[in-house]
Amino acid sequence: MFSTVTARRPGRLTAAVSVLTARLTTPLLPEDYLALANPLWSTTALRGKVVGRREETARATTLRIRPGRGWTPHLAGQYVRIGVDVDGVRQWRTYTLTSPEGSRELSITVQAQPGGTVSPYLAHEMPVGTIVHLEPPAGDFVLPGPTPTRLLMITGGSGITPAMAMLRTLAAEGSLPDVVMVHSAPTPDDVIFGAELRELARTHPGLRLIERHTDTEGLLELAELDRICPDWADREAFVCGPAGLLDAAELHWTARPDRLHRERFTPPARTPGGSGGTVAYGDAATLSVDGDSSLLEAGEAAGLTLPSGCRMGICFGCVLPLRDGQVRDLRTGQVHGEPGDLVQTCISGASGAARLDLQN
Amino acid sequence: MTITMPARDAGTRAVVPSPAESMHPVASTPAPEACGLTAEQIEEFGRRLDAVRERILAERGASDAAYIRKVIRTQRLLEIGGRALLFAGILPPAWIAGTAMLSVAKILENMEIGHNVMHGQWDWMRDPKIHSSTWEWDLVSSSQDWKHSHNYEHHTYTNVLGKDRDVGYGLLRISEEQPWRPYYLGNSVYNILLSLFFQWGVSLHDLQYERVIAGEKSRSEAWTQLKRIGRKIRRQVLKDYVVFPALAGPFFLPVLLGNLTANTVRNIWSHAVIFCGHFPDGTVVFTEDQLEGETRGQWYLRQMLGSANLEGGELFHLMTGQLSFQIEHHLFPDLPSNRYAEVSTEVKALCEEFGLPYTSGGLGRQYFQVLRKIQRLSLPKGRIAA
Repeated sequence: MFSTVTARRPGRLTAAVSVLTARLTTPLLPEDYLALANPLWSTTALRGKVVGRREETARATTLRIRPGRGWTPHLAGQYVRIGVDVDGVRQWRTYTLTSPEGSRELSITVQAQPGGTVSPYLAHEMPVGTIVHLEPPAGDFVLPGPTPTRLLMITGGSGITPAMAMLRTLAAEGSLPDVVMVHSAPTPDDVIFGAELRELARTHPGLRLIERHTDTEGLLELAELDRICPDWADREAFVCGPAGLLDAAELHWTARPDRLHRERFTPPARTPGGSGGTVAYGDAATLSVDGDSSLLEAGEAAGLTLPSGCRMGICFGCVLPLRDGQVRDLRTGQVHGEPGDLVQTCISGASGAARLDLQN
Repeated sequence: MTITMPARDAGTRAVVPSPAESMHPVASTPAPEACGLTAEQIEEFGRRLDAVRERILAERGASDAAYIRKVIRTQRLLEIGGRALLFAGILPPAWIAGTAMLSVAKILENMEIGHNVMHGQWDWMRDPKIHSSTWEWDLVSSSQDWKHSHNYEHHTYTNVLGKDRDVGYGLLRISEEQPWRPYYLGNSVYNILLSLFFQWGVSLHDLQYERVIAGEKSRSEAWTQLKRIGRKIRRQVLKDYVVFPALAGPFFLPVLLGNLTANTVRNIWSHAVIFCGHFPDGTVVFTEDQLEGETRGQWYLRQMLGSANLEGGELFHLMTGQLSFQIEHHLFPDLPSNRYAEVSTEVKALCEEFGLPYTSGGLGRQYFQVLRKIQRLSLPKGRIAA
């Protein structure tokens, strides 16, 4: 949660000025004051500003974001972690960048998940002008260089986003090769970027777009590839969509796994709630913690030295970062936690499998 | 000495203390009403307070986050404005306005922002810039040492003689149970000095020098602390008393004096508010055996009886960092401070319902009582007014 972004190394004069201004602003940083004027002027925190929204479908919206200083250009197909304040709490989610390489503005396309905390807010509510928090782009679901001459893209639902970034990049460079794009969505109106894709296919003979409308035509079976794209085995394949599609693709490409690229869009696994569980304390120990014990008590009983204070949940002297899993507040029974959260070990118990970071 | 938390197992206890045994105030502080409650009533009191806390936690959200961000933004703009004006401080109006703005900025940063952020009140926002684990405040005191002596020691052992070092700060005689020594003849003078140089007292507070002298705390641990505190002191002193004045060139003196004055104003103000939190007439100091087997209800009760509120308007509450709601702060130290005002109406009603005292008064009256107490206790036969 609190990883720092290393910016490009400043020149000597900039460094000297930085040291002087830091002496003036201590204990804050100069950028903490500069942020009053423009939050995008930061060298330690990567931020962006939402400069535009466009509804793609009833559920999906594209957000255009102007990144602040320190943004490194992305490769088509990569994703970005984005931090958004929802109901006052900073939530981090990962979205594929749909903007083509080299664009000054970034774009992500968010499909609202029913019951979600962040995606409905991004898709339907977040106002233009909101400041968001970013991490550098990452991911290896990218086109190999040099660009293959024949591509096959199989996508479903919001899995179309990395493919779109790739197609936009290639189209902008004027080097769209022979691409077969097979996309599944419930209805034609649910195809995100539908109009743009159909126009691309119309203007670029190299792009063959096959839309599968699953409401009327049923789910795509990969065996059908022999019929709709007979040379599928000779193409560089990019598959992105629901888990079922990805698993089927892994099987289908057993003979040529080096041709297959997959991008998984699944939410983090959550163990079901309840009390008690197995908790890893850094690399020091993995303990089975019963439903009534606090993580602090369990660790100390096993001989670990853990930070502590009041032992009653008021002083925050016992906090440790939660790497994985969730914890249960022993005072209220509530199960909570996301990777990166600082949890108070004196009043938190185990709830399923979890991992704590031990700080030195 | 451990504080048990029986709340999880729904209150089945082998031995139920009689009412008179349930609270142990020191002899010199009056709390007859507290001893009148039964153990069951005290636990019910605790449950009702827990319910208040749960409700606030459920409601906490975007408007609270917006509040603290607005306060921080205002404070930083005030600081920039104040420091800028001091560069023109050779002109008296600019000096007065600049010093006033800088004083207000430092008070806000110390109390409404720094103290509350370090309590973890805003950790729920998951903003690394506004978080108890990263906040460093604009004082010569180091956050790490402050959090230990304040969040942990003071808030856990509130008003327990011998355990809560805020009772006297190792400098003053603030309770009759502290044995009189000729040193205490200067009680009022020490208090005035502490008030003027309060940030230095706070800075050195966690060193616990008296325990080092007594051999209870290791010298090497104290030395490590002192080095850390020394680094913080150096940065703060450089900023306010060297670099900013130097930037003003020939006009360094108004800047230097303005910064010194602003720090002193902040010292005096925060000292007054903090001392009024636990020492006016009616606040209870407890003995150490109070802590043995203390239940959650009793903890709430001790927090409440050991604290006193200050009355005033919204701006006053903001300038005290909501420590004017000292009672509510001690009951709920990790709830966002902007919620204390609304919670206070419920807490006051609960106290009336349970027949408990709710000590509160205007700043002038409360501060006078504290100063009077300090003066009276400077003498061996000093008695606190009933």
